[in-house]
Formats: sequence, structure tokens, C-alpha cells
Amino acid sequence: MKKTLLTLTAGVALSAMAASAEEVRVYNWSDYIDEDLLSKFEEETGIKLIYDVFDSNDVLETKMLAGKSGYDVVVPSGTFLQRQISAGAFQKLDKSKLTNAGNMWDVIEARTNKYDPDNAYSINYMWGTTGLGVNTGQVADILGEDAPINSLALIFDPANAEKLQACGIHMLDAADEMIPAALAYLGLNPDSHDVKDIAKAEEVLTAISPYVQKFHSSEYINGLANGDICVALGWSGDVLQARDRAWEAENGVELAYNAPVEGAMMWFDQMAIPVDAPNPDAAHKFLNFIMDAENMAAASNYVYYANGNKASQPMLEEDVIGDPAIYPDEATLENLYTTTPYPPKTQRTVTRTWTKIKSGT
Amino acid sequence: MRRIALILVPYLWLLALFLVPFAIVLKISLSDLAMSIPPYTPQLDLAAGWEGIKAFFSQLDLENYIWLTQDELYWKAYLSSLKISLIATALTLLVGYPMAYGMARAPEEWRPMLLMLVILPFWTSFLIRVYAWMGILAKEGVLNQFLMWLGVVSEPLVILNTNIAVYIGIVYTYLPFMILPIYASLDRMDNSLLEAAEDLGCSRFSAFWLITAPLSKQGVIAGCFLVFIPVIGEFVIPSLLGGSKTLMIGKVLWDEFFSNRDWPVASAVAVVLLLILIIPIILFQRNEQKQREAEG
Repeated sequence: MKKTLLTLTAGVALSAMAASAEEVRVYNWSDYIDEDLLSKFEEETGIKLIYDVFDSNDVLETKMLAGKSGYDVVVPSGTFLQRQISAGAFQKLDKSKLTNAGNMWDVIEARTNKYDPDNAYSINYMWGTTGLGVNTGQVADILGEDAPINSLALIFDPANAEKLQACGIHMLDAADEMIPAALAYLGLNPDSHDVKDIAKAEEVLTAISPYVQKFHSSEYINGLANGDICVALGWSGDVLQARDRAWEAENGVELAYNAPVEGAMMWFDQMAIPVDAPNPDAAHKFLNFIMDAENMAAASNYVYYANGNKASQPMLEEDVIGDPAIYPDEATLENLYTTTPYPPKTQRTVTRTWTKIKSGT
Repeated sequence: MRRIALILVPYLWLLALFLVPFAIVLKISLSDLAMSIPPYTPQLDLAAGWEGIKAFFSQLDLENYIWLTQDELYWKAYLSSLKISLIATALTLLVGYPMAYGMARAPEEWRPMLLMLVILPFWTSFLIRVYAWMGILAKEGVLNQFLMWLGVVSEPLVILNTNIAVYIGIVYTYLPFMILPIYASLDRMDNSLLEAAEDLGCSRFSAFWLITAPLSKQGVIAGCFLVFIPVIGEFVIPSLLGGSKTLMIGKVLWDEFFSNRDWPVASAVAVVLLLILIIPIILFQRNEQKQREAEG
């Protein structure tokens, strides 16, 4: 009996290995790639690509910490990457397999170094800022032409938020981005881990919470594009994608993205290979494919996010490389901040605070 | 021998699909949070033998359950889930009973067709059906456009992301679970009882209350439990259709698990939820048994 079981397991393991030889499973953010690239990868390498999406770092991290996610490539953001590296979730990259490494942009690598020393575990996919997506027409109708659309006061000042609730406000359902934003609005250190500061951020957010239609991390793209909502505190490229969709639909919706003058969070989405990836070899091939300048340029041209690939820049379209909302100018760049992971106890306070802000309990 | 095997099958089923998972969840709920894979400690190390098992049990404690009592969020969420579930069950009954009644009173040859129509929505994924409601209830959605076209409202109604949308979603999704048991009990009913009542001078209305309603009681109870029990732990409908004010324990559990990455507390929340559900589940079982005996 025992022997049969053993043969059976061996058989299952073997078939799993056979299957993994020609498959690579990638888990990336939603609305985050030009899908033509997926078929291009399959054609070039002959490896079958299985591409799944998520819309929150929390979901990804839970899968990583549960282990055996079955994915070969995943895309956590900086602070999450740092924590997952410390939990032992990733394997070091075999740089000899990444022949396109020379394409990467040293300016971005210097920043991601903070989360992943020597960039040993990850490569930068894209980066961006968290700021205000505004339906300029609707907001001007309500707050007048001089509405502060480049300031967090647009929604963090309850007087403005109350008026804007009529046309709809969305905020990211991400405590680790919204609390730093409230701290920036107050002029405090956005990366503060002090519970007293977090309590001050809570006051700001609680005051405007009744006027927020929804806390969600992806619905605002469609919401803005259709004109269902007029303001979203969200990710730069998502707002610009919404702008593009509205423009294609010719529905009269005019959208603008602004990194707030009080400071905006700069985040980095990093591609990494889980420690238990079924097919690390194919994963490296995928990473190297992404690091190709032409491919990366195609991805950025499609999703309106800046990338960490210097060599791709000449191939970027003018409305990407030339748009300061995507590739910020020096002045804006100085106004961007980064954050570090909260320790577990503080994380609990932050999540609890966030639930309290959202639900009132 | 065959008899024992036959009895054994359901118990093995129960063991594999309920007791073992429950034991795992219970064990995690007694553990502590850790930054590792998986994110809790202690892990059971069988290689260390008896000492390892002893060390493992000595590290388990009730800390997470004490935590649940210290924050009002948890009991408020449990209460709010119970309330939403009760109201939704009542609404589903109000909508479902007349439908089941109509089906049972329909001509014999129509009934299989009507039954089919009730089951038909199951052919589409539950998630897609809930998503479809987002399109219907949105500010620029189908419903609002229709109402504006009729001139009933001049401003679009805000329904999506409120508790009203949650109730609509629940009633829609769980309606078949209410209709089917009620229909089954009405279908079995002896119609000559109603004829007798009318012959004896009973109005149709009072005949309904005196005969049909009591005879369909078992079906109503079964339907109510089939709706009430799963709705308490419902997560998909409130997170898609509800707003930030919709407080339900399923959402709290999600936050513990995904945002805090605190599997131990999440497991404690799940264990308490199960304890709360045990009472209605036992009542449901008893009702089923009574019905079987009555038929037996």
C-alpha cells in the first residue's frame, strides 16, 4: 500500500515537472501590460505563459506567505517586497541569465536598493506616484475654476469633500498609501511609524470618510473614464489610462492627473521570483524579455507608467516620456517621498485605523 | 461488513471535509503571528518526536480570542452580519414564497419549465451575476437610466455601494435556495384539503392561512436556514455591491487575513463565527429530521 502511494506521488511529481518545463506562470497587477507582449513572449521562447492578475499587494503577500503559490514571477511593490524578502519568500536572481541587465536605469536602481539591497532579488518593472485623478469639468462646476486640483486639500479639506461627494470620490483601499498621504497633507513625515502621527492622519481621513463613495484599488479607472466619479486618489498610470479610455470613448470626460504639491508617494513595482517557483529558468527568461528595451517601451506606451529601463526611453511615445505626470521633472521628483514597511504591531494599528476610517467602527 | 462500510462513508466525509480543516484552523487560532512562510508560529515539528509535540502545545494560548473581546469592531461586525442576514432572509422569504406558491399552483405541464427557470441562473458564474448588478445599479446604470427615462426620478438614485444594493444582491442570489424547499413542500400538499375547506365555507384567504401556510412551514424553515446561514459569512456581495459602511464579519476576516497578514487572529474570527453558526445549523438539522419523521 505504502509502495503504491509512493509511486503515485512520484508519478504526480514527475508529471508536474513535465508540465513546468514549458510553462511560466506570471502574477502581475491588473491593467498593467500590453497584452500583445504576452503572445510575443510565447512566440519567441515557445514557453506557454499563464498570466494572472491582482489589484492589491495584500492579496499577493498572503499568497507569498502561504507558500507554494505556483507562480514563477510576481510583482510586489517596494515595502511589500522588502518584508517578503525578509520572510524568505524569494530567490536571488541569477544575473548571468539576465543579459539585458545593462538596459536598467541606475537612478531607479539606486532607489529600489533601499527595499532590495543590491537589487539581488528583483528588477524594476514600473514605478509611479500616488496622486489626484480629477474630472476637471465636473470639479470646476462644483468648486469653481480655481479648484485646488493639484493639492490634497481638494479632498482632505472636508468643506471641499462634502461638495464633491455629489459627483463621487474614490480612494485607494490601501492603508499604507492613504495614511502617508494624510501625513503629507498635515506637513508631517509621511513615513512616520509613530502611532501619535497615525492618529493625526486618522482625524483627517475620518473627517472626509463620509463623503468618500468607495475605497477600492481598481474600480476608479472605469469610474473616472465613464464619468461616474469625479475625483480619485489613485495611481498615476491608472488615472492616465482612464483619461485615454474616456478620450477613445469620446464621452466628453476630461481627466487630469496631478502629483499633489504637498508631496506624493513614489512607489516601485518589482518583478521577483518566488523561492518555490516551479520553473525559475523560464522565470528568468520572462524577466530578461521584460528587460528588453523595445518590450518595456511597448508596455509603458500602453499603460502610461514610467519604467526602470533607461534604454527604452528613446522608444517611448511623446505623451509618455514628455508627460511630467509620468516622468516627473526635477522639481516634482524632489517632492516625492518613499515609505518603509511598518513593524507588525504598528501594521495592526494602521489596519485597525483604516477599518475605523472606512466603516466608522 | 458492508453495513459498517456504508455507515463509515459519511463519517469519513465529515472527518475529511469538516473536522480536519476545523482542527487546522483551531490550531492556527491558538498560534502567534510571525514573519515567515507560513506566517505563524509554532509549527508542529514531528521530527523532534514527543518533545517536539510537547513544546508545540505549550506554546499555544488563547491570546487571540482575548484580543477579539478587547476591540468593539469584532462584536459589532458579528452583530451587523446577523442583522443583515436576518433582514435579507425575511426579504427573500417575502419574494420567494409567492413565487413558490405560484409555481405550485401552475398547471402541471408548466411546472418543470418554471422549475428550470429558477435553476437557470446557476448556469452563469455567481461572480458574473453579482458584477452584472453593479452595471444595473450604478449611477449611470441601466436602472437609473430607465427611471430617468420614465421620469420617475430627475436625479440618478445612489443605490450601488449602499446596504440596499447588498440586500438586492443577497435576495437575488439566494432566491432559488428559498423557492425550492417551499415549492417542494407546497407541491406535496394534498389539494383536496383546500377543496374541503371551501366546501365547509372557508374563504380562500383563511383557507390559505389555516391549511397552506402551516403545511408549508417545514419548507419555509428549511429555506430560511439555507439563506440565513451562508449569508452571515457572505463576503463577495458586500464587497462588490456594498459601501465602506457595510460592516460584515466576512470583510473583517478578509482584513485580518490579507491586510494584517495575521492568520492567527483571522482563524480566531472564523472559529467564533462557526460557534455562532452552530446554533442555527443544529436547529436546521432538527427541522430536517422532524420533516423526515413526519413523512416516515
